Order: sequence, then structure tokens, then C-alpha cells
Amino acid sequence: MTTAAPAVEAGGLTKTYAGGVKALDGMGVTVAAGTVFGLLGPNGAGKSTTVKILTTLARPDAGTARVAGHDALRHPDRVRRAIGVVAQKSGADPVATGRENLLLQGRLHGMRGTALTARADELLARFDLAAAAKRQVRTYSGGMQRRLDVALGLMHRPQVLFLDEPTTGLDPEARTAMWQEISRLAGDEGLTILLTTHYLEEADRLAERIAIVDRGRVVTEGSPDELKGELRGDAVHVELRDAPDEVDARLLATALGEFAAVREVAVDGRRIAARADDGPAAVPHVLAVLEQQGATVASVTVARPSLDDVYLRYAGRRFADAEEAAGAKSAGGAA
Amino acid sequence: MSTETLHQTWYMTQRQLTAIMRQPIFLVVTLVQPVIWLFLFGALFHKVVELPGFGAGSYLDYLVPGVVVMSAVSSNMWAGMGTLEEIERGTLNRFLTTPVSRAALMNANVVQQGLSTAAQSVLIVLLGKLGGADYPGGVLGLLVLIVVSALLGTVFGASSNAVGMLVRQRESIIGINSFLLLPLTFLSSAFMAPGLMPSWMRHVAAFNPVNWALVSGRSAMAADPDWGDVLGRGGALLALAVVAVWLSTRTFRSYQQSV
Ligand SMILES: Nc1ncnc2c1ncn2[C@@H]1O[C@H](COP(=O)(O)OP(=O)(O)OP(=O)(O)O)[C@@H](O)[C@H]1O
Ligand SMILES: [Mg+2]
Repeated sequence: MTTAAPAVEAGGLTKTYAGGVKALDGMGVTVAAGTVFGLLGPNGAGKSTTVKILTTLARPDAGTARVAGHDALRHPDRVRRAIGVVAQKSGADPVATGRENLLLQGRLHGMRGTALTARADELLARFDLAAAAKRQVRTYSGGMQRRLDVALGLMHRPQVLFLDEPTTGLDPEARTAMWQEISRLAGDEGLTILLTTHYLEEADRLAERIAIVDRGRVVTEGSPDELKGELRGDAVHVELRDAPDEVDARLLATALGEFAAVREVAVDGRRIAARADDGPAAVPHVLAVLEQQGATVASVTVARPSLDDVYLRYAGRRFADAEEAAGAKSAGGAA
Repeated sequence: MSTETLHQTWYMTQRQLTAIMRQPIFLVVTLVQPVIWLFLFGALFHKVVELPGFGAGSYLDYLVPGVVVMSAVSSNMWAGMGTLEEIERGTLNRFLTTPVSRAALMNANVVQQGLSTAAQSVLIVLLGKLGGADYPGGVLGLLVLIVVSALLGTVFGASSNAVGMLVRQRESIIGINSFLLLPLTFLSSAFMAPGLMPSWMRHVAAFNPVNWALVSGRSAMAADPDWGDVLGRGGALLALAVVAVWLSTRTFRSYQQSV
């Protein structure tokens, strides 16, 4: 399974739009088959442009893109058969009913007869749209429309699913439900998923690997834990029941310091602070050392660095600030 | 064209026709407008037939093909607005990432617009009949009129779609249309017999596709049709329609650059 070719493999992508906007500047992404990959970045980073190229909608100025084993630039038709696309903008036909939208989508993929209708009804049930199946889509709530969008992307059982901001605009409850559905797709159905998001939390929760995108290229990539681990250090805080005297405190610090997994040990009264590459893994060892030294532990907490910290480090600005800057830019420019 | 493309064309056409049927306001507006033209122009120009050299018995007889053709132009030239809406909504992009053939997407527009234009034309012809118009060319003549108006509609519909995809701006379509509709109509024999037009206008009209449709339709509707005129102008319209559809299908490529 791990030897299979990547489901998505793109590199050196550049694209400049007519107005001179450089949307992509050496963008690249590789997604292993059967995994969920997250593209995380602020407004205007180039996430949607990347998705449009990988889904054969747009053409890059330069670079290569292979999806599901086919060259997206030379054989877009083959790629289209293998992919499901949920674009940032809902593509459903508002005047058609939910079911009609699904049936047409299936037909365009060559599905016919009972295979077609059974699949449509299965998806309507699964996305909790069965009751609204015969209503025109313009009467749907935002959450219902988004669920229909995902159902449309899944209609023909694609190998690779692209989700461009699947949860933007959803309320927390709908978002949680969508997260569960996406996790299920990845888990039970072995689908390869490339999703884009603004939400650090979403990428952290859904994606096995994440690429942080800023200004048209990937600034860093890894599993959420790797990325956070690269910040060299969870903060480990231990509170002792009794404050050690000065000598004991020095002994404790020395004992902990001998042990490679933790650094920057500081004992201050009852509180011991240290940094560890992998905080949770270090906790049992820290506890063992303290017990050996005869200290009684009242509590232990591990604070992990957030993806926001990662973003700050690689993009050189806070995620929220980048969002704000992009927002101000687009509000100032023409619509 | 493969059978799959034909199937796809049908599915996409069906979608558009269903949408039209579900928006009755839209239907009413496209039908009320020709009715107004028919009766306004009919009342206004009632007496022009008395001018020496006009050459028709009743102005209504003369007017019906004029309104059929003008309506075909004016309703199809807005097709680009629908395309623009589909682009903005993301529907076109969704279709473009499925294996549907580009030809099927464009052909569906053509078929739907052709059917709508034909329905509209039939209705105007019936209204004219109700008002007392005479169609000496019989059913065959009317059929030719409806076919050429659908062809003319295709020329304008396909061009409008192409403009919509290229410029992606409502204002441009509105501007182009308001600029074109009246000159195209009045530089033709829609409301005035060619014999009474200034000669420069007659020369310009010879190159105006709107006039081709009128000449072809009116010839076929005459008691004694000149089939050379009918087929000559009709053939030219067909050729133009094919070119317009081909060009609009090509605009998908430039759309891909700007999407
Ligand atoms: N069709 C277009 N024409 C011109 N410029 C465009 C077009 N699409 C995107 N851009 C520009 O390209 C850049 C990247 O846009 P893109 O949509 O890929 O960003 P994104 O990461 O998806 O942002 P968001 O989070 O807001 O969706 C932006 O500066 C944007 O303004
Ligand atoms: Mg985007």
C-alpha cells in the first residue's frame, strides 16, 4: 500500500493572472494514495488556484501535475473521470432539485439506470438530504448546500476527492458533522483527499499531512505533529506537592537535565518547567525521575505549540494578520 | 460527434429547459415583449403600406416576420447573461471538471435557444393570425421563417455566450446589446420595405444577417416564393451560425487561462 504511486504529484507550478497577480510561484504538492492532505493558508495564498489546476479547470504557466496516475495537462479527460471536486463556490444548480443535481452529475460521468438512481438516493440519505431531495436547491440552507456539494463530488465514486474549503460558512454543529463525514470517507472508503482550509484546527484534525501555503508556494510541509515538533518543544509543566529545598531543587534539575528528551529545565518553588521535543512522550520519564528523587507530583501539563505558531515561524506573520492583510487588500481593490 | 456527446447534449438541454419552465416570469417577459412590438409597430406604421412602392397588402402581414426576427435577436443576445451567472455561481466550473464534452455544453445552449426561439416565433405568428394577418406562403413559408429566425438566434446566442465567457462582465453585454439591437433592426427590412429605404441603407442591409433572415423568411412566405433567395440567405445564415457556435466552443480555451 505504501509503495503505490502518489495520487497527486505536482511541482514547479506557476501561474500569473491577466492583471499581473502572481497566484502561484513554484507551488508543489505530493499526496500519497489513501491519505488526507491539507493545504493551509490565508486568503489569496494560492490554494484555490492549485486546486483548479489539479482538477483540470485552469492551466498553469509552467510546472507539472499528475493526478490519479494521469497527466492533468496532457490528458485532462482521464483525470476528470478519476476525480471528485467540491469547489470553494457551490456549483449546484439552484433551480434544480438536490436529486436532479445528483442525477445529472452521475449521467455526465456515464452512470445510467438503477446504478445511477440508487447512488443518488444513497448519497441523499447519507448527507441527511433525503427529506429535501425534491426541493429546489435555492431553498436549501448553507449547510445543506455544502453537503450537497460534497455529495455531488462523490457521486461517481472518485479515487481522489478535492475539497476547497469544505466548511467555510458552516455553523459549528454543521462543521463538526462535516468533519466526521470527511474522516469517514478517508477511513472507510480509502479515498485520497486533498482539502484546503483557513482553519488551523481543521487541518490539524483531518489531515495526516499539511502543507502551509503562503504567496503561491509551500513554505513548510509535514504531519501536524512534525510541524509542531519542529518548533522544538512542547512546554512541560510539573507542579510538586511540596516545594523542595535549595539543594534538592538543584538535584532535581540536574537529574532531569541528564535526560536527553527534555531541555531548559527550571525549578521555581513547587513548579518545574521544561521543554521537550515530544512532550507527552517525555512525561512518563520525567515522572519516573522525580519519583526516584523522592518528589511527589501534584499535576503535570503539556502545552503543545499550535499550528498558528508554525505558521508564524514559516510565513513570518501571524495567520490572523495574514488574513487581515489579504482581506484589506481585496476590500480595497475592485470586486 | 459520439453518441455519448449526444446523450450529454440532451441531459444538459433538459436541465436548461426545466429551469426555464420553473421560472415562469422569465417566460412571460420574453412573450409579452413581442406582443407589445407587434401592436405598437402595427398601430404606428399602419398607414405606410399606402406609400407608393411599399408593395404589401396589409402592414400586419409585413410586420409579423419583422417582429419574429427582431424578437429572435433581442431574446438571444442576452444568452451571455445566463452563462455569466453560471460562471459566477460555479456551475460551469463544476461541469468543466466532469468528463462532459465541451461541445455538449455549448450545443445544449444552442438547442435550448433554438427551441425557445422557435416557440416564441410560433406564438408571434399565431398572434398575428389572430390580428388578421395573412400568410400566403402557407405552412411551408412559416416553417422557413421559424427556422431562419432560430438560426439567427443561434448566431446571436452563441456570440453572446462567447462574449460572456471572455469579458465576464454584465456591463459589457448590456452595452454591446443596447448598441446593436436598434441599428441591426432598422438597417434591415424589418419594418420598412427595402424599396423605400435610402440606397446606402439598402447596401448596408445587404451585409446584415438580420436582413438575410428577413429576406429568406419573407420570400418563403410569399404566394410565389423565390427559392433562390430563400436558400441563398438561409444558407448564409446557417454558415454564420456554424462559425459562431464553433467560435464560442473555442472560448473555453481562453476561459481556462483566466479562471
Ligand atoms: N480568475 C482570477 N483572475 C485574476 N486573479 C485571480 C483569479 N483567481 C485568483 N486570483 C488571484 O490569485 C491569487 C490566489 O488566489 P486563490 O484563489 O488561489 O487564493 P486562495 O488561497 O484560494 O484564497 P482564499 O482563501 O481567499 O480562497 C489571489 O491574489 C487572487 O486575487
Ligand atoms: Mg480559495
